[in-house]
Formats: sequence, C-alpha cells, structure tokens
Amino acid sequence: MRWFTDFTNSSLGKKFIMALTGILLMMFLIVHFIGNMMLYFGPAAFQKYVETLEVVKPLVRVIEIILALIFIFHIYNGVRLWWINKKANPEKYAVDASRENSDVFSRSMAITGSIIFIFLAVHLSTFWYSFNFGTHPETEYPFYTIVSDWFRIPYYSIIYIISMGFLGFHLNHAFQSAFQTFGLNHKKYTPLIKIVGTIFALIMALGFASIPIYFLMGGK
Amino acid sequence: MSSNHTCQPERLVTLKLKIWRQENKNAKGHFDEFNQKVSPDSSILEMLDEVNNKLEAEGKTPIAFESDCREGICGTCGLAVNGHPHGPLPKIATCQLHMRNFKDGETLYIEPFRAAAFPVIKDLIIDRTGFDKIQQAGGYTSFNTGSAPDASAILISKKSADLSLDAAECIGCGACVAACKNSSAMLFVSAKVSQFALLPQGQPERYDRVQAMVKVMDENAFGSCTNTYACEAECPKGISVSNIARMNRDYFMAKLVNEKVEV
Ligand code: HEM
Ligand code: SF4
Ligand code: FES
Repeated sequence: MRWFTDFTNSSLGKKFIMALTGILLMMFLIVHFIGNMMLYFGPAAFQKYVETLEVVKPLVRVIEIILALIFIFHIYNGVRLWWINKKANPEKYAVDASRENSDVFSRSMAITGSIIFIFLAVHLSTFWYSFNFGTHPETEYPFYTIVSDWFRIPYYSIIYIISMGFLGFHLNHAFQSAFQTFGLNHKKYTPLIKIVGTIFALIMALGFASIPIYFLMGGK
Repeated sequence: MSSNHTCQPERLVTLKLKIWRQENKNAKGHFDEFNQKVSPDSSILEMLDEVNNKLEAEGKTPIAFESDCREGICGTCGLAVNGHPHGPLPKIATCQLHMRNFKDGETLYIEPFRAAAFPVIKDLIIDRTGFDKIQQAGGYTSFNTGSAPDASAILISKKSADLSLDAAECIGCGACVAACKNSSAMLFVSAKVSQFALLPQGQPERYDRVQAMVKVMDENAFGSCTNTYACEAECPKGISVSNIARMNRDYFMAKLVNEKVEV
C-alpha cells in the first residue's frame, strides 16, 4: 500500500483528492438544487417530495454519512494544502501584481471555502436540524412552513444569499480547475469547460439564492 | 540654419528605484532608494550596471545581481519588477526589459524572486538549487548514444515534436515559482517532464521520471498548484499550463500502471 500513501501525501495526490471530492460535492449540489426547486411547485408538492425522502430514510442516512466523509476529506486536504502553500511563500512583493496575472476566483479558494464551511455549520444547525429533529409546526404542510419561517427572518436570508455568492465564486474556479487537475486540458475543449463552469456556478448561486429572495419579497 | 539630429542629446528617463538589499541569507533585507537618469534604450540590467558604477565610484558596495547571456536564453537574470517576475511585459526575460517601457518619474520596486525554495544569497541573487535537484532526479534520458542513427530510424510526428520543443523552451529561470502565490514549481517541472514524454526517446523512463521529479519537487519547499495560472502569464517563454495537465495525467497513470513496485 505504500504506493497509495505515497500518492495521497504527494502534492499531486492531494490535488487529485481535492478535485475528486470537489466533483462529488458538485454532484450532491445538483441533487440538492433540484430538491430545493420543488418549493416553487407549491407547499403540497414540496411536502410530498420530503415525505418521499422520509420513506427511504435509511438510504438517506447512508448517503449523508458518505457525504460528510467527502466534505471532511475535501476540507482536511484543503487546509493541508493551504498550510503548505503558506509556508512555501512567506514573503510578498512590495507591489502586489497578482490581479494582473490571475483571477480573483482562483486566488480566494481557501477564503470562499471557509465561508462555505461556516455557512454549512449554520445550515445544518438550522434547516437540517429542524427537518430531522425539530418539532414540526402544526400546519398542513409543515416542511414548507419551516422553510418559509426561516427565510422570513431577514438577517438569516441575507446571510444565506451572501453565502451563495461565495459558493458561486468557489464553483467558478473549482469546475475548470478540477479538469486541469485530472489532466484534461486541451485547446479543443478547455475554453468550453471554462464557460460551462461559469454557467454552472451562476445557476447554482442564483438558483439557491432565489429562494430566500422569493420569501423575503413576500412569497407565500 | 543647420540641423544635426544625430548630435542632439538623448532624452533620458528619470526613475525612482527601490532596490532590495540583503547582506546574506539570514540577514534582514530592506529597500535602498536611487534616483536614476537612464537612457530609454538601456535594459534594466544595463541600468543596474550604471547604478553600480556610481556606487563603486563612491566606495560603496555594488548591488549583487545575476546575469549571463543578456539575450533571454540562459535564465539566470530573474528579477521582480513591481511584483512581476521579469517585469510587467509578457514573454521576455529581465535582460530584455528596456527602460523605454517606463514613464518618466515612475517608481520601480526591484526585488529578488521570492519563494521559500529560493533563499536570497545576496541582494537580488537567489539560490535555485531546488531546480537543479529536480533536474538531477529525472531531467534526462539514459541510453548509449553509439554512432549517429539514421535520421528516419525513429519516426516522430510533427505535432508531438512541436509540442516537445515548446516545452523544451523552458530556460529554468524560476519566474513561474516567483509568480505563484503558492511558490509551486509545477510549470517548470511539467515542462521538463513533457519535453521527454512527447518523444519516443523519453518513453522508457516516462513513468519513473515523472514520479522521481515530483517527489524531489515536493521535498524542496515548493508549494502545491492551485491552478491560478499566474505562472503561464509571467513565464518569459510562454510555457503552457497544458504541460501541467500532461504531467498530472502521467503521474496518475504512473501510479496506476508503472511496473516498478517499491516495497
Ligand atoms: C459545496 C461545497 C463545495 C464544493 C462543491 C467544492 C468544490 C471544489 C472543487 C471542485 C475544487 C477544485 C479542485 C481542484 O482544483 O482540482 C475545490 C477546491 C478547493 N476547495 Fe472546495 N468545494 C466545496 C466546499 C469547500 C469547503 C467547505 C472548503 C473548506 C474549508 C473548501 C476548500 C477548498 C480549497 C482550499 C480548494 C483548493 C483550491 C485549489 O486547489 O484550487 N471547499 N472545491
Ligand atoms: S516554465 Fe517558464 S517561468 Fe518557469 S522556469 Fe521555465 S521558462 Fe522560467
Ligand atoms: S541574462 Fe540570460 S536570460 Fe537574461
């Protein structure tokens, strides 16, 4: 197994794990996104969707554990890389020219990632907790009510919307970066990958953020 | 009225230079300030020569900096000018940077390439031994040369020959490391790996080479790539980050298929 631990401890191996876990997280995001969009089909449709998930709860729990592990690996490796990279470049230039040779998305991955992490903690302790372990409101469609109650709190919604902006930043670089890390870079398709990544990041950020905006603007 | 253009005095550019001075590896450095009038046709190295002449005439220690070919092929002359390795212009080495590119009265910060892997030896001179170690780990092919083989004995496609020569343009200057926020050496190493990986002669050692060079890269205080592509933007030879993707590919393939198993 030494070849394997050599690999996971090498700089390229750590990058590979970042990209692989990152891609898996993006797949999860897509599924989560589709689920959230059920809200727009009305309280009854959303209730039905969540109840369907309740039926397969054991499966959901297994997926949640896998997901947690993926997050942990992604974050653990991200922190490790951040630390190594900080040590490798201790002294900065008198004039910062980084804006002229790279984009802000690529330079801020550790910051945007950390913000997503904080968001995640808030998100789990509010929505996920309310859905799974909280006392459900006595309404016809309790799951929808939980969502609308949270999003009618302006500061909560605003934090949520801003976090989605940072998620978009992270994804915009992450998408094309993962392809480069896997060794897929070619004049033929790399420009397309970059465009698709930006569109994906925009859809995710705007789509997720649209829900709190909807409720803040008085959506029922 | 006689006109004699050739005898007109040359219009000089006046620059405020802030130049990094550092006694040795362990000393604390600082910027020294010079007001310098310089010909627009002089290169930045020629300007430093003039500054040094003046310093020497005053009995002061001249600024230590490195250069050799002064035509962009040896890779020794790297300086950071206003935060840009080899200065703000694309695809040239420091020695090819001429002062006509700067405005009268401009301030220039001239610093050594900065990275933990490239400690400052003195003033603007850095220690790039890390690159030598990486090269020694695999930047070669081993076979008996014998007598010159027939030119068409080994066929090479024009496309891979071109890509290989593009990668071989790397002059080992270290600007990629200096530009990278992580001080990663990926562009350099990937150029050295690619130049052989693209040719038939490089195949026998292809997977051993990439693993050996990456290992030494990781051991020498270089950071890890986060795909910011600052390296490509600052590289004097325009080495493409597609070489990095090729190296990633080769490295993963090496881990999966390489015959050599270390126990
Ligand atoms: C939904 C959540 C997330 C998704 C979909 C995601 C996705 C990705 C992807 C695909 C990459 C690119 C890998 C590569 O460059 O090859 C990446 C990189 C990274 N992520 Fe995340 N990530 C998420 C959350 C986080 C969190 C919570 C953190 C940590 C605190 C984090 C920190 C990082 C860091 C530091 C990098 C490395 C930057 C780089 O190498 O360019 N990410 N992420
Ligand atoms: S890849 Fe470019 S910047 Fe890096 S050492 Fe080679 S020539 Fe210099
Ligand atoms: S002195 Fe040789 S490249 Fe500049």
